[in-house]
Amino acid sequence: MGQTLYQKIYHSHVVGKLNASTDLLFVDRHLIHEVTSPQAFSGLKLAGRAVRRPDLTFATMDHNVSTQRRSLDAAGETSRKQLEALAANCDEHRIPLLDLTHPDQGIVHVIGPEQGLTQPGMIIVCGDSHTSTHGAFGALAFGIGTSEVEHVLATQTLPQQQAKTLKVEINGDLPAHVTPKDVILAVIGKLGTAGGNGYVAEFCGSAIRGMSMEGRMTLCNMSIEMGAKAGLIAPDGTTFAYLKGKAHAPQAEHWDAAVSYWQSLHSDADAVFDKTISLDASSISPQITWGTNPEQVIAVDEPIPAPESFSDDTKRQAAERALQYMGLSAGQKLTDCAVDVVFIGSCTNSRIEDLRAAASVVRDRKVAPGVRALVVPGSGVVKRQAEQEGLAEIFKQAGFEWREPGCSMCLGMNDDQVAAGQRCASTSNRNFEGRQGRGARTHLVSPAMAAAAAIAGKFVNVARLEGAAQ
Amino acid sequence: MSQIFKQGLVCPLDKNNVDTDQIIPKQFLTSVSRDGFAEALFYDWRYLADGAANPEFVLNYPQYQGASILLTRANFGCGSSREHAPWALQQYGFNVIIAESFADIFFNNSVNNGMLLITLSKTNIELLFNRCAQGPQQWQIDLASQEILFGNNAAMGFNIDPDIKQRLLSGLDFIGSSEQLNPQIAAFEAQRRSHLPWLG
Repeated sequence: MGQTLYQKIYHSHVVGKLNASTDLLFVDRHLIHEVTSPQAFSGLKLAGRAVRRPDLTFATMDHNVSTQRRSLDAAGETSRKQLEALAANCDEHRIPLLDLTHPDQGIVHVIGPEQGLTQPGMIIVCGDSHTSTHGAFGALAFGIGTSEVEHVLATQTLPQQQAKTLKVEINGDLPAHVTPKDVILAVIGKLGTAGGNGYVAEFCGSAIRGMSMEGRMTLCNMSIEMGAKAGLIAPDGTTFAYLKGKAHAPQAEHWDAAVSYWQSLHSDADAVFDKTISLDASSISPQITWGTNPEQVIAVDEPIPAPESFSDDTKRQAAERALQYMGLSAGQKLTDCAVDVVFIGSCTNSRIEDLRAAASVVRDRKVAPGVRALVVPGSGVVKRQAEQEGLAEIFKQAGFEWREPGCSMCLGMNDDQVAAGQRCASTSNRNFEGRQGRGARTHLVSPAMAAAAAIAGKFVNVARLEGAAQ
Repeated sequence: MSQIFKQGLVCPLDKNNVDTDQIIPKQFLTSVSRDGFAEALFYDWRYLADGAANPEFVLNYPQYQGASILLTRANFGCGSSREHAPWALQQYGFNVIIAESFADIFFNNSVNNGMLLITLSKTNIELLFNRCAQGPQQWQIDLASQEILFGNNAAMGFNIDPDIKQRLLSGLDFIGSSEQLNPQIAAFEAQRRSHLPWLG
C-alpha cells in the first residue's frame, strides 16, 4: 500500500522510538515569537540546558508589537518586557531575530515563507496554532505549546504519535470574486470546527493546483480552525518557482537536488486516507461567518440560519448563544448589517495578493462615514511592495489607516481592538467571543469582502459591488 | 491495582467549543512568568465589566468553590496553542478535565503539565451532567484502573493512551526522556547533513 504525503514526511523524520506508540521526530525549523517562548527559555535556564540548534531556530516579534510606532514600549509596559525578554534570549543563545528595527520584521507565518525558511518535506513547529500555514509548501507544520517549545529548543526533536489522514479534494474553477479564504471557510462550514480533530488534512484537486502559494497559505492557515493538526499541499512547479531565489532557500549548488527530492513529496496513487471529503469549487460563493466559531458560516447573500434548523442539540445551542452574543437574529441578512470596523491583516490574509485584491475594490472609492478601517501588512517586505505598487496610497486616499506589520487586531494583544458591541469585518481567522476585544463582534471574510464592507458601510457581496461599478 | 489520581469536587461547565480565548483572554499573555494565571481563568465569563464576580457563571456558584475536576462538553480547548490555558486551569485547581473531546494542541499542553484529560462518549458525558444536576459531586479518579468512582460502588470506566497513562503515573521528565536518545539525534543530524545538505 502506498503512503500519504503526511506519512512520508513523518517517517522520514523518525529519530527513534520513545515507547509503543510515540516516536521522537526531528524538527527542521523552529520559529519562535515573544508570547509563547519566555517561559521555555526560563525552563532551559533552570535545568541548565543549552539550545541545541540555534542555526535551525528563527525568531520574530509580532503578537503584541504596536502597529503605529516601531518602538518596544509602544504597546505598553508588559509588552515591552516581553519583547525585551525575547531579544535577550535570542542574544544569549545566538538565535537570529527579526526585531522591530529589521526591515523584514513581520508575522511569523508571513516571514517564514518570505525568507525561504519554509521548504517542502520539512517538519516546522512554532508556539502558535496557525503554524499550519507552512503546510502550503508540503511541509508538516503544526503549533505547539510552551513545554514543547522548551523541548524543541533543548533537543531539536518532538515526541509525536501518528495522526489520521484526511483528504480534502476540491475540483473545478472558483467563480469570480471567490478566494481561497472563501474556500477554507466553506470547508470548515462543511466539516465543523472539530471535524479535523486528530487528523492531518491534505488539500488536493484542480482548484488547489490552480492556486498561488499565497492562496494555498490562506487555505492551510485555517486548517486548525477545523481542528486539524496540520494542513498539507503537495509541492509542485508553483511551489518551486516561489522558493527560487529566496534568502534561505537552497542555493544554486543544491537547487536541482532539492527540487528532485521535493518532487517525490506527494501522496502515492494507492495511498489510503482515513477520511475524504470533496467540494465543487464552482459552487462556492463569497463566505461570511455569522456566529462565534468559524463553522457558523454562510454565503453572504443567504439569511442567517435559525437555531432550530440544526438537528444536532449541540449546534442548536451554540447557534442560540452565538446569535445572542452577535446581536443578530435568525432569518436576518448580513447584507442589511452595518459595520463599525474593518480589519485587513493577520497571518491568514496580509500578503501582497490579499492587499492587491482589497485595493482593487477600494480604488477611487471612499470608506463609508463612521467606519474605522485599517490595513496591517504582514511583514516589512509586504509593506514595501505595497507602497511601491501604489496600493498603500489607494488605501490611504480612501480613508484606511496604513499600519506597520504585526498580528494587530486579529487578537488585539496590542491596542488595536474592537470595542464592545461593535461589528467588525475581519480578514483574520477566529470569530470567538471576545477575540478582538471584550464584547467585540467579528465576521470573518476575504480581503475583497472586507474592502467592500468598508466602502459600503455594511456587508455586501463583493461580486455585486463590483458588478455595479462595471 | 488502584491508584487515585485525584479526589475532588466536580464543576459542570455546560458548554461546547470552549476556546482558549475564553479560558484565558489575550491581555494575560504578555507575562513572562509561568505563574499567576488562576485569576485570569475564564475571565470574561467570570467577571462583569466592572470587575465584580459574575454570579451567573458556574465557577462563581457557592457550591462549586474549591472544585478540582472540570466536566464539560465537546471540543474543549479549541483555538490557539497558548499553554497559558492549561496553566490557568491548573493554577485555579483543576487537575482533571472530563469532556466529550478536546482540541489536539490543548490536550498535549495539558498532559505536559501533568493534567489528566478524560474523553468520554456523548452519552456518558450526559450521564455525568445528570449526576451533577442532582447536587454537588465528589468523585475519585482512579488512573490505574481507569475509572471514575462516584461512591457507593458506582463507577464509570474510561480509555486512555497507555503512553500518557504511564507518563502521568510515573511522572516522567518530558525532556529528559527524549535526551536518552541523544546519540540517535546526533546520528540523524549527521545523516541529514550528508543526504539533504541544504537543510543545514
